[in-house]
Amino acid sequence: MEFWIVQTFNGISYGALLFLLAGGLSLIFGMMRIVNMTHGSHYLLGGYIGLTVIWQTGHFLFAILVGALIIAIVGIGEWSTVLKRLGGQELGQVLTTMGLALIFQDLGLVIWGGDPYTIPTPAVLSGSYQLGTLFFPVYRIFIVAVAIGVAGILWFVLEKTRAGAMIRATVDDAEMARGVGINVPLISMGVFALGAFLAAVAGVVAGGFVGVYPGADFEILPYAFVVVIVGGMGSLKGAMVGSFMVGLLDDFGKAFFPELSYFTLFAPMAAILAVRPTGLFGRT
Amino acid sequence: MLRRRRQLGLGIILLLLVISPLFLSAYPLTLLTQALIYAILAMSLDLLLGYTGLASLGHAAYLGVGAYSVGVLTTHYGANFWVTLAVGVLLAMVVAAVFGLVALRATGVYFLMITLALGMVVWGLAHRWVSMTQGDNGIPGIPRPDLGLPWSLARAMPFYYFALAGFLLAFWILRVIVRSPFGQSLVGIRESESRMRTLGYHVWLHKYLGFVIAGVVGGFSGVLWAYYNGFVSPGDLELATSGEVVLMVALGGRGTLVGPAVGAGVIVLLKNFVSVYTERWLLILGVVYVLTIIYAPEGIVGAIRPLTKGIKLTSPRVKASP
Amino acid sequence: MGKELLAIVVGVLTLVAAVGVNIASAQKGPIKIGVLAPMTGGAAAVGKDMVNGLAMYLDEIGQQMAGRKVEVIVEDTQGKPDVALTKLRKLVESDNVQVLVGETFAHIGYALAPRVDEYKIPMLYPVIAADDLTQRKPAKWVVRTGWTSSQPSHPFGEWVYTTLGYKRIVSIAIDYAFGWEVVGGFQQSFEEAGGQIIQKLWPPLGTTDFAPYLAQIRRDADAVFALMVAASSLRFPKQYQDAGLKTRLPLIGGGTTFDEFVLPALGDEAIGGISPLIYSAALDTPVNVHFVKTYRAKFGKVPSYFSETCYTTGRWINEAAQAVGGNVEDRESFLAALRKVEIPDAPRGPIKLDSYGNPIQNIYVRKVEKKDGELWNTVIQTFPAVSQFWKYSPEEFLKQPVYSRDFPPCKHC
Repeated sequence: MEFWIVQTFNGISYGALLFLLAGGLSLIFGMMRIVNMTHGSHYLLGGYIGLTVIWQTGHFLFAILVGALIIAIVGIGEWSTVLKRLGGQELGQVLTTMGLALIFQDLGLVIWGGDPYTIPTPAVLSGSYQLGTLFFPVYRIFIVAVAIGVAGILWFVLEKTRAGAMIRATVDDAEMARGVGINVPLISMGVFALGAFLAAVAGVVAGGFVGVYPGADFEILPYAFVVVIVGGMGSLKGAMVGSFMVGLLDDFGKAFFPELSYFTLFAPMAAILAVRPTGLFGRT
Repeated sequence: MLRRRRQLGLGIILLLLVISPLFLSAYPLTLLTQALIYAILAMSLDLLLGYTGLASLGHAAYLGVGAYSVGVLTTHYGANFWVTLAVGVLLAMVVAAVFGLVALRATGVYFLMITLALGMVVWGLAHRWVSMTQGDNGIPGIPRPDLGLPWSLARAMPFYYFALAGFLLAFWILRVIVRSPFGQSLVGIRESESRMRTLGYHVWLHKYLGFVIAGVVGGFSGVLWAYYNGFVSPGDLELATSGEVVLMVALGGRGTLVGPAVGAGVIVLLKNFVSVYTERWLLILGVVYVLTIIYAPEGIVGAIRPLTKGIKLTSPRVKASP
Repeated sequence: MGKELLAIVVGVLTLVAAVGVNIASAQKGPIKIGVLAPMTGGAAAVGKDMVNGLAMYLDEIGQQMAGRKVEVIVEDTQGKPDVALTKLRKLVESDNVQVLVGETFAHIGYALAPRVDEYKIPMLYPVIAADDLTQRKPAKWVVRTGWTSSQPSHPFGEWVYTTLGYKRIVSIAIDYAFGWEVVGGFQQSFEEAGGQIIQKLWPPLGTTDFAPYLAQIRRDADAVFALMVAASSLRFPKQYQDAGLKTRLPLIGGGTTFDEFVLPALGDEAIGGISPLIYSAALDTPVNVHFVKTYRAKFGKVPSYFSETCYTTGRWINEAAQAVGGNVEDRESFLAALRKVEIPDAPRGPIKLDSYGNPIQNIYVRKVEKKDGELWNTVIQTFPAVSQFWKYSPEEFLKQPVYSRDFPPCKHC
């Protein structure tokens, strides 16, 4: 019994992290059909920036904010200088983001060196809550809280604000949205920046228990894609469901079929795609 | 007249490739061998990407299937070249046949994502099916093929010619295919699927066959790759490799067949050359990719073509399904 | 016009590249050492440590060996076997090095060994610990100046049973050859002394979240033996502590789980971790104290075993070069000299090679402790002159298969 509770908790907290990571990617994909290979770079560089901020100031939440803002600006830069030019050329955009990802990877190595680091987290978030013989690490609970918070804010913005309505309209039908006077290029840039922002938040938050190190950008990319694919491209609800499904599948897969741990992750993904090529909640 | 010019150009390149061992020492020769093997993979992807208009981010999986077939069969069963070749190519065909059924349910970016996912499945298997693939350790000790020739393929020059023969074979086969009516239909599908359908073509079947053929040739490149390195590991088919192959096609010029081969050569040489002089080779490579895609979307060969006054290619756009 | 220009530029670059790599430098003057190490990618910091260690030694001897100048050519393998093979070819055929040093990963070690034998050029392996390279699959031209994966585990296993008193242990180790061999050696001597390994877990290389594995650890054990490397060593102790296991099950492990490479980035969660290795930066000998101080002043961090082994390898090459009067071009004699080198005062202690080409050296049992606000691996026990076969005769030891996932079998699981 202890096993099931702990594993479920692990799966959910890992899923929460994946949501932070993949939520932005799903939106970018839904709106602009861009397979954004720099998403992993945003994650890692956000983590590195957060690390530096904590070293300088010691404030964890501040580090998350600064990291996310800077990466959002980087995202805007990417969008304006490179991606906008290739509007509509989906393959070109994928390839460009791949080239950019290589550039970012090397920049990370130059600026922060090759040593692996963990982000020092505030003492209040360390340790675990003990319930009987079960231990629930506080930090993981924090991650779940952050994910729920972010999901809540995103939902509110998308459903209840005018900006959100414009975003939803553009995702549904960009031509129509342009027709009714919505500034589609601006919205697209905003969504791209938002995706980068969220990835950076995930980077700092994950940095606390997984660490920041060279290679983390490309390591995390397949997982982000799995969530987007499973949950459905362009759907925030899908990203949420997909994240928790992937988190739980990964966890229990590792526990029951350690031999095939990556397979238990990617095979269901392929299976879902075989049945519904746009993912569970995806929009065509 | 234009055709003659183009044939002359190709002829010169072929001549250069044949006589290069005479003026290249062993190390650059092995780099050229590497470039030839990757050129096969790139050309096979071109059939899918350049000619049919389907961009796949999982193509390295076929290299992996071919390579691992060699790895397992030679080290566990001592199989000879003809057996490993047959199994490698057949297995790649089977995998492509299965994957094609799944992947072709989508087009455009969704196709991209699905092929990415399928590539990851194969990578995951290479990683974790430890009893078969040795997992992260990889399979070392693959001996060079023994074809009963008077020259040992363990040496750089004979193996170069071996790889060159493989490259020419793949090139010839693909060239025949793209020039055939079948190949022309693929181009037609790339330009407008709906039009082809109204004209009565069985679009899905065409795409499927193109997909499988691309996989088969990809598997062939994998067989050569394993023999070249004497080693195979999951790194050979990771996402970055699939991405690199797409870049080779884009850099060289999609839909030209020769272009991706050139692209493969350029990237292999650049990677190895630049890394000698600076540790920042990755950065430089990234910049080259970005600049090429923005300023020369038709790639090198695509850009040179107008110089030879050949047929102008429009850069194919990958559209999302409506 | 822009497109054509770009095409021409790239074309010219390629031609230059093709010609450039073809120019072979055929000088005979300096002794050229080729270094293969991961300078980019996930293990970039390891490569850096290795290169720094070697560079420091060469600086100390004024870049001269046996009267000849020394030149080092470092090639980045990116941690990939096919790149390593390509760079090896370049170093041997294009740069004409006389000796090679390097690499980090066992599978790359296995991939390079046959080539090195083909080329008949000596290569020193300071870091690669794959057991079989000096056991069942020895390569004539590979001289190991480092260790085998199971070497420290052998004395440690018995010591854990007799001195620490743990009788039932769960192992959790990264699922690849290095992990298998470290655990295998530990299991062999631990169970021979009377202990029992009651569970073996194998998270794959690259695991970021150990929670699913930690949840499976049997709570009825006395301790947990963990083998982690690089980035996984960084995150494991914290996750172990957060899962509430640290207080219940003491954590011991392989040397790389707590080595100097990750200690600066770890926090209090690592305190108390006990592990065996061929080196500790806290080793209190005059040679080592001086080594650590100089290294730290020069590079800003405490040397790891990666640094020490490469530093000592530099010395190794020097001693052999001097023994052949600087004539390193005579490869057979040079190889013979390399195999005969004995170093009584390396920073890690005395080293000499056994007949299979692996060092006989001290094994240190270390405990992570906090000194002046920093974490150090305090040495709490020394096993002198341990060989890769420990107390078995080589013939006896080689009769059993190499340590793997299934060997020794888990009889008490």
